Amino acid sequence: MSHPSKAAEFLKDQAKSHWHDETLWFVRDKRDKISKSIPEWENLRTLASGLKDYVLNNLDSLLLDFEANAKKNGIHVHWAVDAEEHNQIVHSILEKHDCKAIVKSKSILTEECHLNPYLEKRGIEVVDTDLGERIVQFLQQPPSHIVLPAIHLKKADISKIFHEKLQTEKGNEDPTYLTHAARLHLREKFLKAKVAITGVNFGVAETGEFVVCTNEGNADMGVHLADVHIACMGIEKIIPRRKDLGVFLRLLARSATGQPITNYNSHFRSPEPGKEIHIVLLDNGRTRQLARDKFKNSLKCIRCGACMNTCPIYRRSGGYSYGSTVPGPIGSILSPGIDVKKYSTLPFASTLCGSCSDVCPVKINIHEQLYEWRQEITKANPDLAKGMSMKMASGIFTSPLAYKISGSLMRKSLKALPKSIIYNPLNVWGKERDLPNPPKESFKEWYKKNRP
Amino acid sequence: MSSRDQIIQAIQKVKPDNQTLPEIPEFRVPEDLLATFILSIEGNKGQVVSKEDFSSWLKEKGYSKILSNSDRLEVSNLQILPSDPHELAELELAILDGQWASAENGAIWLDDTQLRLRAIPFITEHLVITIPESNILGNMHQAYDKIGAAHSSFGVFIAGPSKTADIEQSLVIGAHGAKSLTVVIV
Amino acid sequence: MSNQTPHVGLFIPCYVDQFYPNVGIASLELLEKLGCKVSYPQSQTCCGQPLANSGYERDTIGSSEHFIKTFGDFDYVVAPSGSCIMHVKEHFPPEFHDQNSYKELQGKVYELTEFITDVLKAEIKGKFPHRIGYHSSCHGLRGLRLGASTELNISPFNKAKQLLQGLDGLDWVELTRKDECCGFGGTFAVSEEALSVQMGKDRLADHLEKNVEILTGGDMSCIMHLQGISSRNKQPLKFMHIAEILNQAIQ
Repeated sequence: MSHPSKAAEFLKDQAKSHWHDETLWFVRDKRDKISKSIPEWENLRTLASGLKDYVLNNLDSLLLDFEANAKKNGIHVHWAVDAEEHNQIVHSILEKHDCKAIVKSKSILTEECHLNPYLEKRGIEVVDTDLGERIVQFLQQPPSHIVLPAIHLKKADISKIFHEKLQTEKGNEDPTYLTHAARLHLREKFLKAKVAITGVNFGVAETGEFVVCTNEGNADMGVHLADVHIACMGIEKIIPRRKDLGVFLRLLARSATGQPITNYNSHFRSPEPGKEIHIVLLDNGRTRQLARDKFKNSLKCIRCGACMNTCPIYRRSGGYSYGSTVPGPIGSILSPGIDVKKYSTLPFASTLCGSCSDVCPVKINIHEQLYEWRQEITKANPDLAKGMSMKMASGIFTSPLAYKISGSLMRKSLKALPKSIIYNPLNVWGKERDLPNPPKESFKEWYKKNRP
Repeated sequence: MSSRDQIIQAIQKVKPDNQTLPEIPEFRVPEDLLATFILSIEGNKGQVVSKEDFSSWLKEKGYSKILSNSDRLEVSNLQILPSDPHELAELELAILDGQWASAENGAIWLDDTQLRLRAIPFITEHLVITIPESNILGNMHQAYDKIGAAHSSFGVFIAGPSKTADIEQSLVIGAHGAKSLTVVIV
Repeated sequence: MSNQTPHVGLFIPCYVDQFYPNVGIASLELLEKLGCKVSYPQSQTCCGQPLANSGYERDTIGSSEHFIKTFGDFDYVVAPSGSCIMHVKEHFPPEFHDQNSYKELQGKVYELTEFITDVLKAEIKGKFPHRIGYHSSCHGLRGLRLGASTELNISPFNKAKQLLQGLDGLDWVELTRKDECCGFGGTFAVSEEALSVQMGKDRLADHLEKNVEILTGGDMSCIMHLQGISSRNKQPLKFMHIAEILNQAIQ
């Protein structure tokens, strides 16, 4: 199903979509306020963007440094070209430790690899420990937002599923009550798990350490109680130096939720005595994206989710309308790089308003890349192209374009926009909008008369 | 070819000309570091107390299962540090010494030398961290300048009690980690 | 600006020409009142934006070449549309042969309000005793930087506000969401019809809650979309392009 139809579906529940919009706007507003309390905010963004440019231009040497240093620190380093290999590596570590149940903290990368179903098929219980992720896991849904996984749910929905799964009181919708019920439930899981999986926010080439940020403390609860920690990391998450963390940690939480910093920012350099740390470095299309000049800097993303919170489309259509692991504006420039046909409507799910680029802490030119993807998609996907021209034809531009694209000037364009532009009878514009009253003369006609 | 070589080669194939690594300039820091730090911790839903107030706070709370790694606070009737963190499942209060703090956001740096067992600040029901006023720095850049060279097997910036807003964006304190954070200025 | 009266080529977007001739007339008269020599080259056509934004930038070589031929000789090219100006400035296709003349053009195209504030450096004196809600169109705001977007931590400015606030009696309304997109977005308005309409309704609600009397802006395309929804829902709002306000008010 395409983005427009899923968006229209989401909008049918007016009260809920309005609430979704307001709630995420509130988060964006918090980001605005806290970013304005930092006088050097724009300098930090420029700096972070420059650091990430350096990373993308020196990814090979930084990864090799990271690997060498991590190994020196007693960390096992694995490389995976794709999701399948990533999942195999994780599974083989679990098999080696005869592990049948794991706890996992929030990791978009493992979502991208569909690690949960892979492991579950092999008889391993996977427990997502971030509260939002646990909620959507109970409901057998993917996260609808990369930072706020259950933002599409109301507390009544959560109360219902908790009553079913955790035997909480029927109808008790108090967030504190529900959160504490999850705390007890997950504590039991933490205490039993032998292997814990986390994502990685930053890998430091200089030291071979990696950093994991959470507010709940679930990543740390998992890994410090388990014997084995598996950290799954996209190769683009490398940064050169430890001190660069100062720049990124100042930006990350402020951009994500409007907090000055996440509560727990854990730096893993060596395992605790008697324990193991594994890092799986994943490519899965990242080097392909790196080779695309116009799109490579989408790999600068630090997964703060600010572009989702600010996006007027995302706020009103929900994360699921995108049908991709990473939804929202950043997802719409990453996903076509993975499958240009499957995700062909995403770059069009935007008015190119540019708000995403202005909130981005690493200054990814998201809306410009959306525009560039449109150019690629019309080449790669003629069917969609035809659909788009039909839509255009039914829109407000019909008359001016038909009028203006005449003579020898834009015959080429007319080939791309076939007869439908002039003859299509549909009028999508007019469904909920009046058309302007046609004036008695055009400006050109007026000009001829009045400025002869 | 190994996956590693495959990935590295793919990167090298499109590697552009060298580019210099940006330097991080010094940014202005708040004038009153202690006051800013206190505001930050309170904003993160923690509290800050003086060394004097700490004793009365502790008495009032009446915790029975307390673990302390602090060299800065005198506390009696402590639990003995176990070798297995699972034995800390019922721990009510942990007291740890922080090394450096950043006033702009309330983040306090602790590493293996203070923690001894990494699980302590997370598994405990309540957490106390001490910090000398003179170790409160302006921002994260200054904090990384201080800790940059140290080789910590594990280190963490802690800025508040465990929290979540995953249910309708309502803030709830005490998700998985400590349900409260009390910072003692020493 | 040199002492010689600059020759301004007036670029009137195709939909303005067809549906909103009054906006074209107001732009022309306003620039004349401000002392410019203005010509409207009658061979002008659509700049190609609808095609380019739909993913057919490569098919706009012809229209881009024609644009440069039509407007190349003017000292300035001015249009009452941030969106079309942004397209002309940034999105003429790279396949396009004459990059030098394109560069020259890029240096002299202006959206109307920025031309008045930055090139003419004119203040407009006059009277317009109405309660005004300003719609910051995205391409003007974040594309041409006609104002400071609320996302950025930079000193606030707004070129349209700068001009409007010189008018006696004008009551400038601060909106709750100062610069959220209205949902027009060109083809988006029809390809994502449901979202587009919802975004428009939400924008209108912000203006209505603040008792705005006249909604104005620098892009007729956004206003056409908002007016279309407002009129369908019989809302008590009037709509004017900023050129119409300034031209009516100027003394």
